[in-house]
Amino acid sequence: MSTRPAPRPSRAAATAASRPAGPRESVLSRSGAMLVMGLATLYFLTPIWWLLVASTKSRGDLTSTSPLWFSDVRLGENLAAVFSYDGGVLPRWLLNSVLYAGGGALVATLLAGMCGYAIAKYRFPGRDLFFNVVLGGVLVPATALALPLFLIFSQVGATNTFWAVFLPSVVSPFGVYLARIYAASAVPLELMEAARLDGAGEVRTFFTVSVRLMVPALVTVFLFQFVTIWNNFFLPLIMLRDEALFPVTLGLYNWNTVVNQVPELRLYVLTGAFVSIVPLIAVFLLLQRFWRGGLGTGAVK
Amino acid sequence: MRITRRAVSVASLALLSPLALAACSGDADGGGAAGGGDAAACEPSDGEVTLQFTSWVPGIEDVVAIWNEQNPDVQVEVQTGPNGNSGTYQNFFNQLEAGNAPDLGQIEFDALPNFRVQDGLQDIGACEGVQEAADQFVDWTWSQATLGEEGSVYAIPQDSGPMAMFYREDLFTEAGIEIPTTWEEFATAAEQVREQGGYITNFSVADINQFAGLVWQADGSWFANDGDAWEVGLDSAESVEVADYWQDLIERDLVSTLPGWTSEWDNAYNTGQAWTWVSAVWGANSIMTGAPDTAGSWRVAPMPQWEAGGGAAGNWGGSTTAVFNGTEHPYEAAQFALWLNTSDEALDALIEAANLYPATIEGQQRPALAEGVEFYGGQEIYEVFGEAGPGVPAGWTWGPTMTQVYNDLSDGFSGAISGDGSLGDALGDAQESTVAALESQSIPVAE
Repeated sequence: MSTRPAPRPSRAAATAASRPAGPRESVLSRSGAMLVMGLATLYFLTPIWWLLVASTKSRGDLTSTSPLWFSDVRLGENLAAVFSYDGGVLPRWLLNSVLYAGGGALVATLLAGMCGYAIAKYRFPGRDLFFNVVLGGVLVPATALALPLFLIFSQVGATNTFWAVFLPSVVSPFGVYLARIYAASAVPLELMEAARLDGAGEVRTFFTVSVRLMVPALVTVFLFQFVTIWNNFFLPLIMLRDEALFPVTLGLYNWNTVVNQVPELRLYVLTGAFVSIVPLIAVFLLLQRFWRGGLGTGAVK
Repeated sequence: MRITRRAVSVASLALLSPLALAACSGDADGGGAAGGGDAAACEPSDGEVTLQFTSWVPGIEDVVAIWNEQNPDVQVEVQTGPNGNSGTYQNFFNQLEAGNAPDLGQIEFDALPNFRVQDGLQDIGACEGVQEAADQFVDWTWSQATLGEEGSVYAIPQDSGPMAMFYREDLFTEAGIEIPTTWEEFATAAEQVREQGGYITNFSVADINQFAGLVWQADGSWFANDGDAWEVGLDSAESVEVADYWQDLIERDLVSTLPGWTSEWDNAYNTGQAWTWVSAVWGANSIMTGAPDTAGSWRVAPMPQWEAGGGAAGNWGGSTTAVFNGTEHPYEAAQFALWLNTSDEALDALIEAANLYPATIEGQQRPALAEGVEFYGGQEIYEVFGEAGPGVPAGWTWGPTMTQVYNDLSDGFSGAISGDGSLGDALGDAQESTVAALESQSIPVAE
C-alpha cells in the first residue's frame, strides 16, 4: 500500500497542515511499526528467497554452499532440465493447475456472486436458513470433505477425471458470504428499481448493473478461490491416479517422495516449486489493483 | 437463480457427506481370512484385457511399455502417485472400499500384512507359474510374499534392501583405525573416531526401519502370526539387545542423533563428520546425493556381526507387486507381475530407471550390478550386497499396523534421545500400544 502516497481528500490534508494538538505519531511508534512490518516482510520473503537461490544451484552446491546466497548460477539449465524431465510432464502439470485454479475460480466466482447477490437482494422464504447453511460450509475444512467426495465420485465412476477435481472446486461458501455482505451495501435497491423501470430483467440487471458494483468483492473471491484451488493438494491426491491429470502441487510432491531413487529430482522439485509460485504472484500483481481500488471506494463512501 | 440453487444444493450435499462416510465405514470391520478370492479359480480371461497398475517407481511406464508391445492382448495401464506411506496406501484402501482399486499395485513388504488383514489382496498362489517361481527369489523375500500361509502367494517380490556398512575408507586409513567387522569392534572404533572429532555414525530416531533392519540382522522378529493370532515381540530379547547397544553409544556421545534425511544430516556426511552408515543397498544413492563432495572416499563392507565370523545381514526396504482383491483378471495380473519381477529385460529396465535392487537371485547378477561404481572408488559394491542377501534371516514378519508402530517407536526414540527414558523403554511402551492398537481393530493377539 505504501507504494502510492495517495492524494488524500482535503480534510486530511488540512489537518496535516495546521497540526493541532491532537494525537501525533511519535518517531518511536512510527519506527516501531516499521520494524514490525520489516520483520514480518523478512519472515514471509525469506523462504521465497531461499527457494529462488536454491533453484539456481547445481545439485552439489545445494548442500555444500550457503543456502541464502548464490554460488554458481545455473537457473537456465535447471529450468531446461526440469521442463524436459519425464517427457515434459511439468508444463503439463502447470497447465492443469491453471485450468483447475483459473477455470474453477472463475466459475466459483460467478456462482458465489449470484448466490450472495440473491441472498442479499431478494426476499424469499428460507433465506436465512439458506445463508446459514452456506455459512456452515465455511467451517467445514476441505480436507474433511475429500474422502466423502471420493466415495461419491466413485459411485458415479468419475474419479480420476478432470471433473473430480474441477467440480468440487467451484463451490466457495466463503465467496457466497463475502458476496452477500458486499452486495448488501454496494448495490442500492434504488438502482435495481431503476433498472427494472427501464425494462431490464433480473438477470440482465445482475450482469449489467450489479456485477459492476460488486467487482471488488468478486475479484477478492476470485483471488481467494484461485489460491485455494492452486494449493489444494489433498483432493487431487485422493482423486487422481493418471499423471497427465495432476496439478503441479501433486506432481512435485510425487517427485519429492522418490528423490532417493532418482537423485536429480531433489533439485527438480525445488526448481519446479519456484516455477509453480510464479503464476500465483502474477495473478496477485495483476488483480490487486482492482482489489485495492475497490476497498478504497468503499471507504470513501 | 437456477444456478444459485444448484450451488447451494452441492454445498449442502457436501455438508451431509461426513454422515454418509460414517455409514460406509460401518461395513469395513471384516478383515480376516474370508474372501480373498478363491485361489483355485485362476483361469485366463477371454479376449483382450486391460490391467491397471499403480506404482510410484520412477520410469516404470517405460518398463511396462516393453510388456505392452509384446502382449497386445494384455495391455497394462500405469497409474501413479506418491510413494506408499506418503499417500498411495491410503488411496489403495479408499479405492478398495469404493470398489475401484487397480488390478495391481506397488506394496512394500512392511505394508503387505496390513493389506492382507483388510482383505485387500488376491491370493495368486494357484495361478500358473507363480508357485514355480519361488526358487528364483531370495528366500526371505518369498516368505514375505506368502505371509507364511501354506499354498498362498499374495504378491511377487520386486526389490529388496539388504544392508551393509558404507564407510569412509580415507578417514579410517588416515586415523589408522581398523574397519569393524563385529558390533563390539564397532563400539571400540566409535571411541577412536570420537577422539578424532568425528562420529562413527548417526542414529536417526525417525528411521525406525533402519532399527528394524538391525533387529532383523540379530534374528529377532517384531511380529509372528500362527494363522489364528498375532504375536507381538517389539520387546523381544534380540530387539532389546540391539536397543541397549545403541543406547550405550548414544549415552557416551559416540554417535550423533541428527534427524535423518535433513540437510544437517547430509551435511554431516558431506563434511566428514559421520564416518559410516549402516544402510540398505539403495543408500548408495542417498550418499551420492547428500554428500557429493566425498566422491571416491566411500567403500562398502559387510554389516558388523554379533558373532565374529557370522554372515548375517539385515534388510531395510523393498517392495512387491501385489494383485488386489476384486480384480477380474487375476491370471493376467499374475503373469504380468511375474514378468515384471523376474524377466531379464524388465529387471534391467528397472535397475536402469529407478536403481532398484532385484529380489531374484539371478536379477542381482545382472551386468548393470556387476560394474564398479566410481563414487565408491570403483568398488563393485553390489557384490557386497549380493552376498548380504542370503544372510538375511527368513523369520522376520511385519505386523498389520506398521504405521502406528513406526509412529509410536519414533516418538519413544525421540524421547530417549532427549533423555526421557531409554530406547529399551520405548520398545516396551510401543509393545503395549501395539497390542492395544491390534485389539482395538479386533485383530486377535496371542498373549
